[in-house]
Amino acid sequence: MAEDLLRIVNLCKGFGAVQACNNLSLEIRAGELHAIIGPNGAGKTTLINLVSGDLLPDTGHIYLGDQEISQLPLHRRAHLGLARSYQITSVFPQLTVEENLLLAIQAHCGHSFRFWKSSNTDSQLRGELLPAIEQVGLTERAGIRAGNLSHGEKKQLEVGMALACKPRLLLLDEPMAGMGPGGTVELRKLITKLKQQMTILLVEHDVDAIFALADRITVLVYGEVVATGTPEEIRSNPAVREAYLGEEVQTC
Amino acid sequence: MLLVIEQLLNGLQLGVTLFLMSAGLTLVFGIMQVINLAHGSFYMIGAYVGATVTLHSGSFLLGLAAALLATAAVGMLVEVTVLRRLYKKDHVDQVLATFGLIMFFNELTRIIWGRQPLFMDVPSWLSGSVEIFPGITYPSYRIAVIGVGLLVALFLYLLFAYTRIGMQIRAGASNREMAGALGINIKMLYTLVFGLGTLLAGLAGVMAGPILAVEAGMGESILILTFVVIVIGGIGSVRGAFLGALLVGMVDTLGRAFLPTLLRLFLSPAYADGAAASLASMSIYILMATILVWKPRGLLPAHA
Amino acid sequence: MFRRLTRKTYVLSAGALLLLLLPSIMQLVDEPYLISLFSRILIYALAAVSLDLILGYGGMVSLGHAAFFGIGAYVVSIFSYHSFDGSPLLTWPLTLQGQENALLTWPAAMLTSAVLAAFIGALSLRTSGMHFIMITLAFAQMLYFFFVSLEAYGGDDGLSLMSRNTLAGLDLTNDTTFYYLCLTLLCTFLIIAYRLVHSRFGMVIRGSRDNAKRMQSLGFPIYRYKLVCFIIAGAAAGLAGALIANQTEYVSPGLMHWTRSGIILIMVLLGGTGTLFGPVLGAAAFLLLEEVLAIYTAHWMVYMGPFLILVVLFARHGLYGIIVGREKDNG
Repeated sequence: MAEDLLRIVNLCKGFGAVQACNNLSLEIRAGELHAIIGPNGAGKTTLINLVSGDLLPDTGHIYLGDQEISQLPLHRRAHLGLARSYQITSVFPQLTVEENLLLAIQAHCGHSFRFWKSSNTDSQLRGELLPAIEQVGLTERAGIRAGNLSHGEKKQLEVGMALACKPRLLLLDEPMAGMGPGGTVELRKLITKLKQQMTILLVEHDVDAIFALADRITVLVYGEVVATGTPEEIRSNPAVREAYLGEEVQTC
Repeated sequence: MLLVIEQLLNGLQLGVTLFLMSAGLTLVFGIMQVINLAHGSFYMIGAYVGATVTLHSGSFLLGLAAALLATAAVGMLVEVTVLRRLYKKDHVDQVLATFGLIMFFNELTRIIWGRQPLFMDVPSWLSGSVEIFPGITYPSYRIAVIGVGLLVALFLYLLFAYTRIGMQIRAGASNREMAGALGINIKMLYTLVFGLGTLLAGLAGVMAGPILAVEAGMGESILILTFVVIVIGGIGSVRGAFLGALLVGMVDTLGRAFLPTLLRLFLSPAYADGAAASLASMSIYILMATILVWKPRGLLPAHA
Repeated sequence: MFRRLTRKTYVLSAGALLLLLLPSIMQLVDEPYLISLFSRILIYALAAVSLDLILGYGGMVSLGHAAFFGIGAYVVSIFSYHSFDGSPLLTWPLTLQGQENALLTWPAAMLTSAVLAAFIGALSLRTSGMHFIMITLAFAQMLYFFFVSLEAYGGDDGLSLMSRNTLAGLDLTNDTTFYYLCLTLLCTFLIIAYRLVHSRFGMVIRGSRDNAKRMQSLGFPIYRYKLVCFIIAGAAAGLAGALIANQTEYVSPGLMHWTRSGIILIMVLLGGTGTLFGPVLGAAAFLLLEEVLAIYTAHWMVYMGPFLILVVLFARHGLYGIIVGREKDNG
């Protein structure tokens, strides 16, 4: 298959006594949808945060292509082609849906030291707005303040903003959490479509969705990789069944 | 040499006063996440009540007791009536409301006590001097202030290290939700912590009474120094407050005392005095800026 | 939506008309001395709008804004002092003479404030939240004490101006002329600020207020944007300071005392944060209220204090929100 877009090498991150990421190594191939599953507290969100730059690792390396990024600040990584959505929706509540997306578009349209021209009527930004807003199905809601959207709509906007950055690698942190069945279906369709266009690292609790969508899956327990492989391999891996799937079946 | 030791003690005395102010305030900041500008008002209230009761009863200890009671009571009253409503609000709102409190208390003291400053005598049993080293004497009262400050520091240390309520406060300072989850009565704890903080401010105020003039607005100048201490030490950290208070006390006192002499080595006397005065008044802020560049969260941050 | 727009337009036009006609009205009711009170209001409005740019739009709660206000005032006064004294202001690294021309001293005031804002901002913006409040406050106090100890320019007692600055073709000593100049400058700044908050730059600033982390993960290095915003606000406050020095013909360290910062902050909150016209209203309301209360009692602060607490607890949207409608104006 294709070469690795993201390489994580011996990554460690601890919070006091808790080791959220323990000597973790992982490769994400260009073009694949790579899913991370694992029980609560396995360090899935920590991993996303380490890759995106919200957290800095204690030791270890992260390479995007050939470039080491593990110590770069958030905004530099964004410019290298990383974009993410947050598990707890992270939009700009006081700005409208349209302004939220415009900001995301603006982020990769050069510097923003432009003081005079209105960004709302900026043709360069507006040109990208329509497809971006359509993509996540929020055309009707363009003028609404993001703070007033429903939870599902915020999630859609969240993903839309990550997409507007036109990333090489998209990090999705539980995009379906807290969504009703209708929203989940919509989002699955969207992710299926996105799979054709970019590399995706997906953290999700919805096991059905993951087995349907993912090219490869990594199972994480206590900050360590238990197994990585195709959905079939994971399904039949005895260690995984013991560590995760078995438990999941019982609790669900 | 004589002068150096005397100034070191002066620095220590300012330091412990600042510690009394900042220990309570840093807890309020750290635990309740509320910015309280009115902390200086309790220092002022302590000084006024202490001075008045001392003048009328003739007993400094009675004045001290009254001041402590009054500041703790007023503090808890303010917490219950105003501060409590501000915990969930933005910092701007907290700034505005506590600024309102300052205006109110300053003007109220002017109405009650008039615009003329009060002067408070050092109690007779502390009015002498002590020979601390052969040939070096230092006022007993100031030594008492230093002693009280250090005792309070020790008391707070023991409180936090060994008692149940101290641990609850610390738990609250590092994680509000966690403390709530542990079943600690947060509301009650907040009121108590706030009362403890204002009591310490009142203690600082009443002890400063015989050294400074007691007047409306006296709380603000020390409030800013207290902020500098907290920024240097780290919000929510009592140990940081202690370290920061001593640093600020020393740098401020020694800067004022020795910068003129120091600068005269390089500059003409006329220039040196002017420059030294300016530099000395800015020294603690320069200290703060330097520490900030190096450690933006303070020397001993509570939420590491 | 439409109704609110018309109501806003209506209120704003009425306000503008009132401000335009004010000097004539004052002449009519034979209270010409009030013109200088209204000049003061316009000047404080300028300072308040500049603070709201960082506070309301940028989410940076600065409690040291009066530092820039005071510095602007001092720059103008020091130039003026040397102009009358005949002595050079600086001899090293360059020779600088005193100056009376507003076209030179006012930009100099703005520039000095901007440089200072760059310095203070660069340090304080390394932090946020409560730290930021305390640090801006502390730096402003540092400048306050610096000027208190600066005996060459009056120290604690301050410095009087011999006269107002000169501005080609205008008689600034005439209170009506001065009023209209203040009004023009305020309006100019309001227009600039309006364009600013709607520009790409303004969107970055507003985004950082709402969600700094998200801005960074979108790819914005927000520190430098916030710093530039802080500098712009500082420069505008410096201009306000230059105006207040001319209006009162006297400066003192009290101009940059932290309570002054607090008062400018009160004006912003009273009027409505995150709006451009709110702070103008807030400045007017505060200064008029102070003036009226002072007629009845010397102890007006004992009423003002609880009033502010009530504003915080019950009228969070400020006067602008009450008059124009609850929905916060984004422009």
